[in-house]
Formats: sequence, structure tokens, C-alpha cells
Amino acid sequence: MSSRQIYFDNNATTPLHPEVKKELVAAMEMFGNPSSMHAFGREARANVEDARHRVASFMGANESEIVFTGSGSEANNTVLSLFVCGSGQCFPGMRPKIVTSRIEHPCILETSECLVHRGVDVSYLEVDGYGKVDIDQLEAQLKAGGVGLVSVMMANNEIGTIQDIASISALAHQYGALMHTDAVQAFGKVPVDVNQLGVDFLTISGHKIYGPKGIGALYVRKGTPYCPFIRGGHQEKGRRAGTENTLGIMGLAMAVDMRKAEMESEAERLLGLKEVLRKGIEERIDEALFNGHPTDSVPNTLNVSFPGAEGESILLYLDLAGIAVSTGSACASGSLDPSHVLLATGVDAERAHGSIRISMGRATTLEEVEYMLDVLPGVIERIRNMSTAYIKA
Amino acid sequence: MLQSGEWAYTEKLKEHFESPKNILKGNDTSAFDGVGMEGNLQCGDQMMVAIKVDKENEKIIDCQWKTYGCASAIASTSILSEMVKGMTLDQAFNISPKEVAKELGGLPENKIHCSVLGDKALRAAINDYFIRNGMNDRVQKVQARTVCQCMNVTDHDIEEAVLEGARTFYELQEHTKISTVCGLCKEDAEAELQKYVHLHFGA
Repeated sequence: MSSRQIYFDNNATTPLHPEVKKELVAAMEMFGNPSSMHAFGREARANVEDARHRVASFMGANESEIVFTGSGSEANNTVLSLFVCGSGQCFPGMRPKIVTSRIEHPCILETSECLVHRGVDVSYLEVDGYGKVDIDQLEAQLKAGGVGLVSVMMANNEIGTIQDIASISALAHQYGALMHTDAVQAFGKVPVDVNQLGVDFLTISGHKIYGPKGIGALYVRKGTPYCPFIRGGHQEKGRRAGTENTLGIMGLAMAVDMRKAEMESEAERLLGLKEVLRKGIEERIDEALFNGHPTDSVPNTLNVSFPGAEGESILLYLDLAGIAVSTGSACASGSLDPSHVLLATGVDAERAHGSIRISMGRATTLEEVEYMLDVLPGVIERIRNMSTAYIKA
Repeated sequence: MLQSGEWAYTEKLKEHFESPKNILKGNDTSAFDGVGMEGNLQCGDQMMVAIKVDKENEKIIDCQWKTYGCASAIASTSILSEMVKGMTLDQAFNISPKEVAKELGGLPENKIHCSVLGDKALRAAINDYFIRNGMNDRVQKVQARTVCQCMNVTDHDIEEAVLEGARTFYELQEHTKISTVCGLCKEDAEAELQKYVHLHFGA
């Protein structure tokens, strides 16, 4: 095992920003329940509401439009679960159909599958070779009628491709559908403004932006139909029961503040590093195939396939050299299916099995990228040398 | 529970992944007496085994391999290549995936299939040896039909699973991992399951 530890898996999660860590340590002294009326409670409430204001303002929202959740997945589930009510008594006028895409996060795809069994009609938009959703197909779905919600992620977690959410949103509204975007992988990496995007719901998560795990937020445009996913308390104005995760909320707000200060310069720096990485891989490794959109992509993410080399083996040989990446071959994660995202972009299963995702972050340096470029070619060559995929007929 | 810094795999497996033994260098297998290949790149695992045989006593004197696959697949073929050296062809033919997994100190449940392909490739290499040496009568080809291409599950495997107690498709999957990758064989697999349940248990 190498003594070096280089982290190229920031799309999975990010380390705490030092300022967030400081905030959390200081906040640990404050234990009051935000719902309590005494001084301890009032202090906690003030902190929660201050955090709500900071989170809201970074996305152009009003603080009353922010609901704190336990995760991005919970926020996404909350939006889709609206349709359980939609087909019931709460919103009798709700149109019974959801349109989403083939490359969404499992928390959207699996919830959609579940809703199908509860009588909700769900259809999935195809994507092109770069992972962009098929707008014509969306329009056809909307024209056919009955669509109550369009849910398309803003940036894909595996390949980084960014969708044109403003256009998708305008189209959805033109046909009377609500618009949700899972912005977990976009928020804090590229500008996210709910008004420019024109969305009704938007999801973010704390631990993808150097904040704590276990905290997310859902933007809900004022006046939009809404149904609590977790019931049983008056917290979050009755929109999400459960005592607020005060520490997490304060940490999220500090993470957002730090993104506000660093995002623009970081985006430029990471784009530069990504280009060094891409060119270096191209020059040093035969048949490296890049996945995702070459330009409409978050600045930190590079997804690449190496024919003849299987993803988990690449991941683990890199791990032995002290480098952490993730793989599009879900074999490593316990499931045997190749990545649904890569398959949806038209990549065949073999290529999908042999792909890795390199996701950089604010701690990534040029020196780390160069170390990666020194190590990776040897790893790929080593795996290919023992691979049946490189045996000529 | 995994400790900090620990892999999900055993130390033995890690050792064979870090320093695999007996990898075939280059692509030339002409110096070998038998070659077998199993698996499918689309499914994420493919293994090739090449053997040299002492014809006097039918003992395997060298075994080299190539593998496209995960750490578990690489380590399984590596350790298999060590295990079979010195064995007679009959002994080697009967190595089971369970024995390979045991030598590795165990495999995670979802990686068992990785050890299955290695012994199948070895059997194919042994059969290849018999064919090359005009001993077609000794070829132990299992006349099985592959139902699941991805997980290399045959109708015989399904029958065995039924005999071991599988009655539902879910139980069949638990036994064989059938239809857990592309899923295209599900209908066929269900039909085979019903056939053997009916055949053996009249249901």
C-alpha cells in the first residue's frame, strides 16, 4: 500500500471544508431544540433560519422556499411521492404521469419503479452519446398529455454531462407540467439559480459540497403542490417532520458560503486540471475512450474507458498506489450490472465494465494529477497484459 | 466488520491480486498441450487457461492463464493455476469452485461466480488436451445448454439448483446468480425451472 493518499472520488463525497469543520465544532456547544420557545431553543432556531437564508440566497430562492431534508435522496423521494397523493385525494387534479430520464440517480429511478406499482405512469427519456436528454422525445411525451412532472438531473454524477434545464423546464411548463431537477452534482460546481432554470423543485446535498453528510435541501417554488414525505411534526412548517439536524443545517450553510466564495475560481482551476488529465491519458494510454459531454460538463469530472481492462481491477490497483477513483463497472459495488448511465449513452457493456470516474475537488493539485498520469498507464498496461481481451485471434 | 484500511477481500486474495502467479506472457499458446476459454467480455469476466501435461503420468506440469475481470477473477485464476500443478488430469477436472474459493480464504457472496469460470476454463483446457491427443472418448463434455450467457449458467445448473431446493425464480437466482446481469434469459430460465420442478417433484 502506498503512503500517498490521493482522492479522486469527490462525486461520491467530499471532505469537510475547514471552515465547515470549524463551524460544526463551534456549533456543538449549541444543543437547543429549534422548536423550543426558551433561550436555548431560540438560539438554535435563529441559527437554522439564518442558514436557510444563506442556502436560499445562493440559488436565488426565498428562504420560505427551502425545506431541509436528511439527504438529496430524501428530497428526490419527496418530490416523486407527491404523485402518491396526486393519484389520491390531496391533489385530485394532479396529472398522473412522470417523465424522467434513463440516467437519473437510483433514488429517482427506483422510486419511479415503485410508483409504477402504485398506479403512476412513468416514462424515461433516452439520452444521446454524450448523455444529453432527447428534447424531441420530451416534447412528444408532453404533447401526448397527462404529464404532471418532468424530473431531469442537472449534472450527471457518473459522466458529468450538464443538461439544458432552462429549456427543459420551459417546455414542461408550456404543457402544464411541474419541473424538478436533481442538482446534487451541479450545485456548487456551476451556477444554479432557480429562477434562471425556471424549476419548481430543486434538490441539493451537503456532503457533495464539502459540507456534512446527512443533510440535504429541497427548493419548492412558492405555490407549488407539495406533500410531506416524513410526517408527524410541525417542523419545516409541516413540510418535513423530525427535529431539525441543526448541526448539519449550519454546516450546509457554511459549505454554501464557501462555494459562493470559491466556486468560480475553482471551476476554472479544475477545468485546467481536467484538460491536463484528459490530454495526458490520451497521450500515454492507447485506446482511451472518454465518456460524457466534452464541454457541457461539470469541471471536476472525467469518465474514461480502457478496453481490455476491467474497472474494479483498475480501481484496486490504483488503490494500492494510493489513488482513489470509482468505476462504471458496478461489479465493484456489489451489483454485477454495468453502469446504467454508460449503457444509456450507447456504450456497450464491455466498455462500461472497463471505465473509471475521476472526480477532482478543491484539494486536488496539479502534482496529484501528474502522479495519476505516472501511475495509470502502468496499471492499464499491467491489467491488459493479463487480459483475455488483448489476446489476438 | 471491516477495519479502517482493510479490503473487502481476504489477505490471500489480495496477495494473488497484487502478485498474480503464472500469467501467460504474450498471446502465444502453441507451447501448451491444452487451452480452454470461458466467459464473456460483455458480462465482465473472461478466463483462459493453458496447460502443459506430462504425458507419462497425465500430470499437469504447468498452468498459465489470462483473465479479463475483477480482483476476485484475477486472484481465482492465479490460485487455481497454483493448485493444479502436480495434479493428474482427473483430479484437476474435478476441482470445484468451492475449493478455489476456500483456497482464497473465501469470497464475498457476489463474487462466487468469479471462481466458477476459472474451473470451467480449466476443464475446457483438459478436454482440449484429450482432443489433441486423440482421446475423444475421454472428453467429459457436459452436454449442457447455456441458458444465462452472462453468468454462464446451464440447464444442468438449474436442475442441480432445483434438486437442492430452489422452487421459485428468486431461489434459483440465489443458487446460481442466473439472470442477474442483462436479464435477457429470465423467461427461458423460468421455463427451465418449471420443467425441472415438474420432472423431479411433479409440481
